[in-house]
Amino acid sequence: MNMHNLRQYTELEEIAGQLFVIKNIHNAGYNELVEITEENGTVRIGVTLEVGEGYAVVQVLGGTTGLSLKNCKIRFKGKPLEIGVSSDMLGRIFDGLGNPIDGMPKVVPEEIMNVNGTAMNPTARAYPENIIETGISTIDVMNTLVRGQKLPFFSGSGLPHDMIAAQIVRQARVKEEEFCIVFAGMGIKYDTARFFIKSFEETGVLDNVIMFLSLADSPSLTRLMTPRFALTAAEFLAFRKDMHVLVVLTDMSNYCEALRELSTMRGEIPARKGYPGYLYSDLASIYERAGRIKDKKGSITQIPILTMPNDDITHPVPDLTGYITEGQIVVDRELHARGIYPPISVLPSLSRLMKDNIGKGKTREDHPGLASQLFASYARTRDIKSIASIIGEEELSDLDHLYLKFGEEFETKFVNQGYNERRTLEESLELGWDIISILPEEELIRISQQQIKQRYRYKK
Amino acid sequence: MAELIGKIIRVNGPVVQIRCQSNLKMLDMVEVGDEKLVGEIVRLKENIAYAQVYEDTTSLKAGDPVYSDRMPLSLELGPGLIGNIFDGIQRPLEIIRKQEGDFISRGLHVSTLEREKKWHFIPLKKQDEKVQPGDIIGEVEETSLIKHKIMIAPDAGEGILSYIADEGDYSVDETIAELDTGKGKYDVKMYHKWAVRKQRPYRNRIPPQQPLITGQRVIDALFPVAKGGCVAVPGGFGTGKTVVQHQLAKWSDADVVVFVGCGERGNEMTDVLTNFTKLVDPRTGKLLLERTVFIANTSNMPVAAREASIYTGITIAEYFRDMGYDVALMADSTSRWAEALRELSGRMEEIPLEEGFPAYLPARLAEFYERAGRVICLNGQTGSITVIASVSPPGGDFTEPVTSHTKRFIRCFWALDRDLAYSRHYPAISWIDSYSEYVDDIKNWWDTHTDGKWLGHRSMILDLLQKEQRLQQIVKLIGADVLPNTQKLILETCLLFKNAFLQQSAFDDTDTYCSARKQFLMFDAIIKFHNKSEELIKEGVEIPEIRESQVYQEIVRMKTKYTEKQLNELEKFVDSIEEQLEQLKK
Ligand SMILES: Nc1ncnc2c1ncn2[C@@H]1O[C@H](COP(=O)(O)OP(=O)(O)OP(=O)(O)O)[C@@H](O)[C@H]1O
Ligand SMILES: [Mg+2]
Repeated sequence: MNMHNLRQYTELEEIAGQLFVIKNIHNAGYNELVEITEENGTVRIGVTLEVGEGYAVVQVLGGTTGLSLKNCKIRFKGKPLEIGVSSDMLGRIFDGLGNPIDGMPKVVPEEIMNVNGTAMNPTARAYPENIIETGISTIDVMNTLVRGQKLPFFSGSGLPHDMIAAQIVRQARVKEEEFCIVFAGMGIKYDTARFFIKSFEETGVLDNVIMFLSLADSPSLTRLMTPRFALTAAEFLAFRKDMHVLVVLTDMSNYCEALRELSTMRGEIPARKGYPGYLYSDLASIYERAGRIKDKKGSITQIPILTMPNDDITHPVPDLTGYITEGQIVVDRELHARGIYPPISVLPSLSRLMKDNIGKGKTREDHPGLASQLFASYARTRDIKSIASIIGEEELSDLDHLYLKFGEEFETKFVNQGYNERRTLEESLELGWDIISILPEEELIRISQQQIKQRYRYKK
Repeated sequence: MAELIGKIIRVNGPVVQIRCQSNLKMLDMVEVGDEKLVGEIVRLKENIAYAQVYEDTTSLKAGDPVYSDRMPLSLELGPGLIGNIFDGIQRPLEIIRKQEGDFISRGLHVSTLEREKKWHFIPLKKQDEKVQPGDIIGEVEETSLIKHKIMIAPDAGEGILSYIADEGDYSVDETIAELDTGKGKYDVKMYHKWAVRKQRPYRNRIPPQQPLITGQRVIDALFPVAKGGCVAVPGGFGTGKTVVQHQLAKWSDADVVVFVGCGERGNEMTDVLTNFTKLVDPRTGKLLLERTVFIANTSNMPVAAREASIYTGITIAEYFRDMGYDVALMADSTSRWAEALRELSGRMEEIPLEEGFPAYLPARLAEFYERAGRVICLNGQTGSITVIASVSPPGGDFTEPVTSHTKRFIRCFWALDRDLAYSRHYPAISWIDSYSEYVDDIKNWWDTHTDGKWLGHRSMILDLLQKEQRLQQIVKLIGADVLPNTQKLILETCLLFKNAFLQQSAFDDTDTYCSARKQFLMFDAIIKFHNKSEELIKEGVEIPEIRESQVYQEIVRMKTKYTEKQLNELEKFVDSIEEQLEQLKK
């Protein structure tokens, strides 16, 4: 044991919110685990945020309520925050710091891992391939999800992002036993957690799920560690146990708020809207923990969910997320208000890994052209609609009317589908052809003539 | 060798404060802690030094030792750079993976250039010949595309070669020549060291003359960049910056490409690396990897090394420029570099200006862009560096500090437009907000390659696009019906131009690259279409007749219908356009 593991200190200098400064100490390492024991024996943990000569700034993870300046013992553990991981964690529920909350005993770890993870060497990565068929047309045809991808939901409060995520988990289930789910809930309500538990139960996957819950009523800084615990468990399952892991992280906006709170407590100079300048790097240290590794069987696919304050996509949280993730699925309030489910707005949505994983030999030869045409034509519909709203529909040309009809059917037949409806990719593509064929053949310039010959519905 | 120079007194993220006993200089390299993590002195205040550390600082403590040999952080420049991938401070990532596994650990000390590998050296100077800094004394065929010139280091003195090795196989550590400066004799190896942040000298700057042909129509035909120029590519997330960078790295006619992945995605590096080992350069038929150097600091790698990666990239670019090559440097994204600067500045508690950025941001940007350009090298060769820098403005807002300062130092601007990206019109380069100030520099090149028509075509189409923009405003208010036919034709031609010419999929096997000749033929097709249609309209032909004609349909699809091998057929088609339209008169 290192000398400093034995060192204990008994006096806190100052408690400010969930931070404290401790003086007259030595050998405290940066970003290391701190154990705080109160007189009555309760143990809290913390992490050093800054160390200097004779002092350390510590962030307390379990909250500081009831913590007094005197009478507690502080131990610097001389190592970073760690988690014991094991395949036995599957089927279990933990709090945001990895303690079981399902009434069952502690898991015997197979391995102890640093929750901060380390960066994957870019040369070790294997490019994601193999699409995940979610059964949702707007995703499968237009924003294809790929195994090993990080594809967030940009949503708003009150929108059905949880339902869509649950539907994907249910429908994307591949018949492979190594498939599992790691769920991290940050600052969400108990109801939301229950919704997911119930949905996993109904799908019969609950035994393949690990949940980390740092609910809305737990101390905010705990949320900063929750996704890291979850991803560490995911990395263990993916890269040591060859599993395909789907990680759902919700709600990342709460995570970012906690980070902002911490930054404010430390008196740092903010970048935008009070968020610290390092929010980008911090989020990257979470989102980049997705992917595949050469010569390894497993993979980590991430579906982070975030709610955009005021539905504003330029808000720092969605903005910086979009700059890191491999696309985004945007959930739209207007479509939702019109009763369309899933209310996915396709134009601002994007899957960056789609390009390499669709088309001949992968999905279907006509897929790239059809998808691109649907985007282009739907974008045109939106323009025509806005003109029509000013000059009136009567003034529109015949072609414009066809575009409007196309747009209407696209939204009500293609985007719209049931919560329990699982369309095969084949079905979705055919549906896409049915709808695009509303437009005259000459308009379909993004589709090859050969494909038009083969699949266009109405021959001249 | 590195000696103990002080002790850590504070650790705040990647910034470490050191109380040092002896005189350190700015930019001296240090090794901190027992693991000897690499860092660099970035600020000095009396006997306190601030170092930014290029590796994760977890577990560093006050009191930990700091070592230094008082030399600046340096790169190794020599054979073995091409085809390789390095981290932000030039550590070879493939080798690190072999030694340490799939995840990057720290405290690694691996040499940059492979030590064992033998290179075939051909001397180009003789014993007792006089040489000066920068002179080429021999060469090595590094790849089948790149002859790596072995140069006297720019900071070595002048003198005579008291020894030069015979043609043969040598490793980089072997002495291949000896320089006698009169004051002493120095060993010359196939590589030399050069401080990361120090600009490499040249004789003088000369104006750019040639376009960098990128194979991307909207760029080459409308907003060209010259070899030796600087471009910024700003755009919100997902608008296509990285794809533009990748396309240029693949298809542009530079001799050497340095690709810096600065704070972006790991998978994007995997993407280029795997593609470049398969894709073939259309001009040389060789693998693209044989002319490319990669620098990768992905967004989850240490932030201080992100700040350094840009300098590592441009210094390597200068090194190849000094051999007389046209080098293209892609930096994706310079905003991440600026943000790294901001984070480090914040940790040093400097006083920030706008949005937390330090006051010296514009100066650093200026310094960086200043290193691009076309020059006469010390050895008399002409070389150039073209910088293509993506900028990632928060919220897609081009008025933010990094974009607005960058605009002062570049002369070409490819503004990516969110609406174009939403409708999957790629490249989403806005024809309204983009500009190029290199048109005059390079117009001779195009003139000699296109019978002097390019400039005229270009201004005609830009003019039509401007007009279209205004007409669209009217259409929004009163509908298209009321417009006279000549104005409707403008809308029609512009639509055709956007669909047939500007839109170019990076992922279409035929259209991903478009040669200058094909570009010009296509350009000509559209101009011919417009002029002829104008004539038809005057004679009473209706616009829908034109749009539904066979020839219109063929123009829309010419980009994919005619491959690079079928340009003669394309030319025949273009020549027939007017005649085909003429048929509509009846
Ligand atoms: N020229 C192109 N051809 C076809 N598709 C393109 C083209 N340019 C961009 N795209 C599409 O747009 C997606 C996003 O592009 P890209 O990754 O280059 O965006 P970006 O501007 O670099 O975003 P970020 O700032 O988040 O890195 C790509 O994955 C691709 O699907
Ligand atoms: Mg990018």
